[in-house]
Amino acid sequence: MSLGVAEVAKIAHLARLAIRAEAAPAYARNLSAILELVEQMNAVDTTGVAPMAHPLDMAQRLRPDVVAESSQRDRFQAIAPHVEAGLYLVPKVID
Amino acid sequence: MYEKTIAQLSAGLASGQFSSEELTRVFLERIERSNPQLNAFITVTAESALAQAQAADQRRQRGEAGPLTGIPIAHKDIFCTNGVRTSCGSQMLDRFIAPYDATVVERLNTAGAVMLGKTNMDEFAMGSSNETSYYGPVRNPWDLNAVPGGSSGGSAAAIAARLTPGATGTDTGGSIRQPAALCGITGIKPTYGRVSRWGMIAYASSLDQGGPMARTAEDCALLLTAIAGFDPRDSTCVDQPVPDYAAALNRPLAGLKIGLPKEYFGTGLDNTVAAVIETAVTEYRKLGAETVEISLPNSQLAIPAYYVVAPAECSSNLARFDGVRYGHRCDNPKDLLDLYTRSRAEGFGAEVQRRILVGTFALSAGYYDAYYLKAQQIRRLISDDFRRAFDQVDVIAGPTSPTVAFNLGEKVDDPITMYLSDIYTIAVNLAGLPSLSLPAGFVGQRPVGLQLIGNYFAEERLLSVAHRYQQVTDWHNRVPAAFA
Repeated sequence: MSLGVAEVAKIAHLARLAIRAEAAPAYARNLSAILELVEQMNAVDTTGVAPMAHPLDMAQRLRPDVVAESSQRDRFQAIAPHVEAGLYLVPKVID
Repeated sequence: MYEKTIAQLSAGLASGQFSSEELTRVFLERIERSNPQLNAFITVTAESALAQAQAADQRRQRGEAGPLTGIPIAHKDIFCTNGVRTSCGSQMLDRFIAPYDATVVERLNTAGAVMLGKTNMDEFAMGSSNETSYYGPVRNPWDLNAVPGGSSGGSAAAIAARLTPGATGTDTGGSIRQPAALCGITGIKPTYGRVSRWGMIAYASSLDQGGPMARTAEDCALLLTAIAGFDPRDSTCVDQPVPDYAAALNRPLAGLKIGLPKEYFGTGLDNTVAAVIETAVTEYRKLGAETVEISLPNSQLAIPAYYVVAPAECSSNLARFDGVRYGHRCDNPKDLLDLYTRSRAEGFGAEVQRRILVGTFALSAGYYDAYYLKAQQIRRLISDDFRRAFDQVDVIAGPTSPTVAFNLGEKVDDPITMYLSDIYTIAVNLAGLPSLSLPAGFVGQRPVGLQLIGNYFAEERLLSVAHRYQQVTDWHNRVPAAFA
C-alpha cells in the first residue's frame, strides 16, 4: 500500500504528531516502503492460524486487590514540566 | 585490571589483590580518556560509583560479599536509575531524572555491583546502528568509522573497549545480540519473562527483554543469575526458580545436537561471515557436538511481521509521552492538541516517529485485520517452526548478523536496508526464545558473532555451550588495538 501526504497527515493526527508540511513527502515515501516490506506477509495463507499475541501462552496473573504502593506524588511532580498546587497544568480546555 | 573478566575480577577482589575502589577508579579513568572518542556513555556517575565501591569494600570486610560485590558495571540508559538521568537516548527524556530503580538495577545494587554510568543507545531502542540516539552515534572500538550495532551499542562498545567489564542491555529484535556480534563480545537475550521489565522503558512489550552483556559466557552467567527471576511488579515475569547459571557451565558437549537452519546460510549472508561461522561450527564438531541441517521455513517473514507488531506496540507504549506529566514540553502551546502534537514532534527523532506512524496506521480502523492480525498469525507460524526444530535438536546455531559492522552513515537514510541487519535475530523475539551471541572470529578488523538459540528457559544450556567454545578459542580475549 502506498501512502500520500494526505494519508500521512491523517495518521499523524491520530498519533498526535505535528509533522511539518515539508517533511510529509519523505514520511510518505518511507512509510510506503515499510508497508511494501510488511506486505510480504501476504505471500502466506494464514487462514485458520490462531493469532499469537504473546510469546508465552500463559494466563495473566492476578494479585490480591490491596494497596501495594505508597503515594509519591511530590517526587513524580518534581519532574513534571509544569505543576502548581499539586496539579499538572495544561492549556485551558474548557471556555 | 581492565583486561580481566568479571570472574577474574571477582577472584581478585576476594583474594584482596585489589579493592573495589581501586578497580572502579581504573575504569572511571578509562572512561574519561576514551569516551570523548567512542561516545559509549551518555552519563558517567563517578561520584556515586566511588561511594558504591567503598560500600562494597566495607561489605567485603564484614564477610558479606557475593560474586558481584564491588564489580563495576554500566546500565543501558533504558533502565530507570533512581536520582540519575534516564534518557532512553531521546530528547524527550533528556531531563528526566528517574524517581525509582528498575528491578534489574535494584537487583544488581543488592548484589553489590558498582554503577559506572548509563550507556548510549538508539532512541527508545529503535535502531540497529546506534545512530538514532539524540546524543550522537557510538563508534565501534575495532574501527572508529564503523557502527557498534544497536540498539545496545553503547554497552557493547564500552565492554569491547574495556571501559567496563559488563553491562545491561535490552533486546526487542536483536538489540543485545547484534551489537555484541559487531563489537566482538558476548550477550544473551533471555527467554521472554525470565527478567523483569519493571522500570525498563517500554518499546514493544511482547518482545522486549533485558539481559547481560560481557566479555564471556561465564560473566553473562554471573550477571544473569543476579538479574533473573520473578518480580510481582511485572505481570509477564515468569514465576520459575533461577538456577545458578555459572555452576552448570562445564557441562560436556558430547551428544549435543546442533541444528543449522538452511535459511540462515542462504542469500543475504556475506560469504566472509559465512566462512567464519562454518569454522566455528567445525570447532563444535571437534568438541563432540553433532550438527544437522534443519529448516525454519517461515524465516523470511520475521522482518515483515516484526515491523507490524513492534511499531503497533510502540505506538501504544509511546502514547504516554504527552508533555504533561514528565518529559519534553513545547514552548507556548496554544491549546491542548498543540501541546501534545508539538511536544511529541520535537521530543521524538525521525525513526521513532516513523515507527509510531506505522503502528498507528496498522492499528487504525479498516487496517487492523490486514496488518496486525496477519502479523500475529505469522508470529504463530514462526514460533511453530522453532517448536518443530527443537523436537530434533538441542540448540540452533547460525550467524548473528548477515555482515560485519557497516560504516557510520552507510544505512542511515534507508530504513529498510537498516532493518535487514536484524534478519537472523528478530524471529527469536517473535517466538520469545532465549538466544546468545558470542565472538567467533573476524573479517579484516571487524568481529563476527555466532548466534546460539535455545528452547524456552534453556539459558543454562546456551551459556554452557558458549562457555565450552570459549575454553578452546580466544576470540573473546582479543582487544581492539587502540584500547589495549
